[in-house]
Amino acid sequence: MSLDLGLPALERAAPRLMRAEPLLTMRDISKSFGNVRALRQVDATVYPGEVMGIVGESGSGKSTLLRMMNLEDTPDGGDYTLRLPGRENENLFDLARYERRMLCARHIGIVYQNPHLGLLMRHSSSGNVAERLLIAGERSFDVLRDKAREALDASEFPLDRMDARPIELSGGMQQRVQLAKAIALEPALLLLDEPTTGLDVSVQALVLDTLKRLQRDRQITMVLVSHDLGVIRTMADRVMVMRHGEVVEQGLADQVFQDPQHPYTQQLVHAKL
Amino acid sequence: MSLATLTKDWAATSYGFLDASAKRELRRKMLKAIAVPGCQMPYASREVPMARGWGTGGLQATLTLVNPNSVIKVIDQGADDGVNAASIRRFISRVSGASETWDTLSATIVQSRHRVPEEIMREDQVLVLQVPNPEPLRGVEPNISIARQMHADADYGKLWLTLYEQIVRKGRIMQGASYPSMVNGRHVMTPSPIPRWDVPKLNMARHLTILSAGREKRLYAVPPYTRVEPLVFSDRPYLVEDHADLTCRRSGVSGFFMNELPQDGGGSVFEVSDSNLGIKAIDTAQGTPSEIGETWYRNGEFSA
Ligand SMILES: Nc1ncnc2c1ncn2[C@@H]1O[C@H](COP(=O)(O)OP(=O)(O)OP(=O)(O)O)[C@@H](O)[C@H]1O
Ligand SMILES: [Mg+2]
Repeated sequence: MSLDLGLPALERAAPRLMRAEPLLTMRDISKSFGNVRALRQVDATVYPGEVMGIVGESGSGKSTLLRMMNLEDTPDGGDYTLRLPGRENENLFDLARYERRMLCARHIGIVYQNPHLGLLMRHSSSGNVAERLLIAGERSFDVLRDKAREALDASEFPLDRMDARPIELSGGMQQRVQLAKAIALEPALLLLDEPTTGLDVSVQALVLDTLKRLQRDRQITMVLVSHDLGVIRTMADRVMVMRHGEVVEQGLADQVFQDPQHPYTQQLVHAKL
Repeated sequence: MSLATLTKDWAATSYGFLDASAKRELRRKMLKAIAVPGCQMPYASREVPMARGWGTGGLQATLTLVNPNSVIKVIDQGADDGVNAASIRRFISRVSGASETWDTLSATIVQSRHRVPEEIMREDQVLVLQVPNPEPLRGVEPNISIARQMHADADYGKLWLTLYEQIVRKGRIMQGASYPSMVNGRHVMTPSPIPRWDVPKLNMARHLTILSAGREKRLYAVPPYTRVEPLVFSDRPYLVEDHADLTCRRSGVSGFFMNELPQDGGGSVFEVSDSNLGIKAIDTAQGTPSEIGETWYRNGEFSA
């Protein structure tokens, strides 16, 4: 019953979303680390402008899937396409390393749970944002400065600290620097791996507010991983539930939370309530 | 047929000091380096009768390139008469039969530490630069393996980032010598600790430049007519040292890179760093005309 349920749920998605062509399509993604099967034939579809939530217990493969979406890692098998101009039908996993890196820098932004993964701690915050632009080829100092300031401002980062090093900043501010870096190039896809886990509740709410506002203002397509159902509920349009490397259920967030079909999801939702 | 007939007769020394296999390896590495401009090639740096860090990389490159018709000029910070420059030059000439010179125009191989001569070099000349630290990414990435991957990916974001932060913090780029430069639009190299003044001389130069680091065991090259572009922001111009208006107190030449000699009173006087250029000017002034070739800088302006 598990996988079959995914498709009808998908068809029940909002009409606005269904009319559009998907931005992200992943087919049949599998990945093993030794004996651990981290992903088993995962399919994923994300439509332009929506927030896709991924929930699941620890070790269910959420981060691994997100790393694939960020082209940091390649799967044992499977296809990945993004509807970017000129790249519509290309399996991105077939790209050469250099092209993958450039595509990723230009079109995909990511925020990690651990800011040490996403930030250069010993460089300035504005510099962390500027590095993205530099990799994409921006060579004007004034433009770099302006765009870094703009992105930090959009992430509601206090601009008087823009040249401080992330290591001197609070956790919430570090996440805002990561976010600024991720959105500086106006990516087609924004990936968020537990962006608020580890922050205290009030800071978490503020960061979520920023994310929501960004989503509203810029219609950025987001994939948000969290094991906190509350976070997913406030943010996501649609949701994928993962367990043991498989997608056990997916559909509109409201429907999945109100009327969970898979026993595992039922358990999750009831535990939360 | 015995083994003895197949091998060469025993000799006390090899031509040009290095043995044949060492020179063969160096030649192969130089050809590779020329094929991929600015890309560092590892080599098995051999022992030479000099301590590592004193120009052994440059010396090995020169010993490989030299032949009995070569004319060798060796300079140390612009001067031909420093102890190191003089010893290296004499050593090369003794093991190869090449002749020695102080004159850039008559040299076929110029081995140099920290300077490029002021007179324009020709297609038939080779410049060998001694390099203490060949890795431009060392400051941003201490792990050499990762630095090599970054070169392969043309990932110079962090290098640019340090320049960005220098402007943010100090209002200008602080990097003086060893200014990181993009070669042929692909690899960033450190041009050895030559001043900024000298970097434009390597851009589209007529001569071949070999840069060799003996202690670090890497060499790289700038072939003739290859782009060498210092990393600069489009709205922050590349500035060379402001020596254009200085005059050499001994030779009277001006508009060249100068050595500053601090004086007791607190002021300083200047002497032209390319010492043979100064000597030629003095000779000419004293009635022994000595040809000064075309120079890269004219009246303190770069104009090649
Ligand atoms: N680089 C790796 N090497 C070996 N095993 C790995 C690696 N990355 C992930 N795994 C394994 O793959 C499985 C899925 O890991 P993943 O990090 O994707 O889980 P997750 O859903 O993000 O969990 P969490 O909620 O704890 O972050 C785990 O069993 C993990 O141990
Ligand atoms: Mg995870």
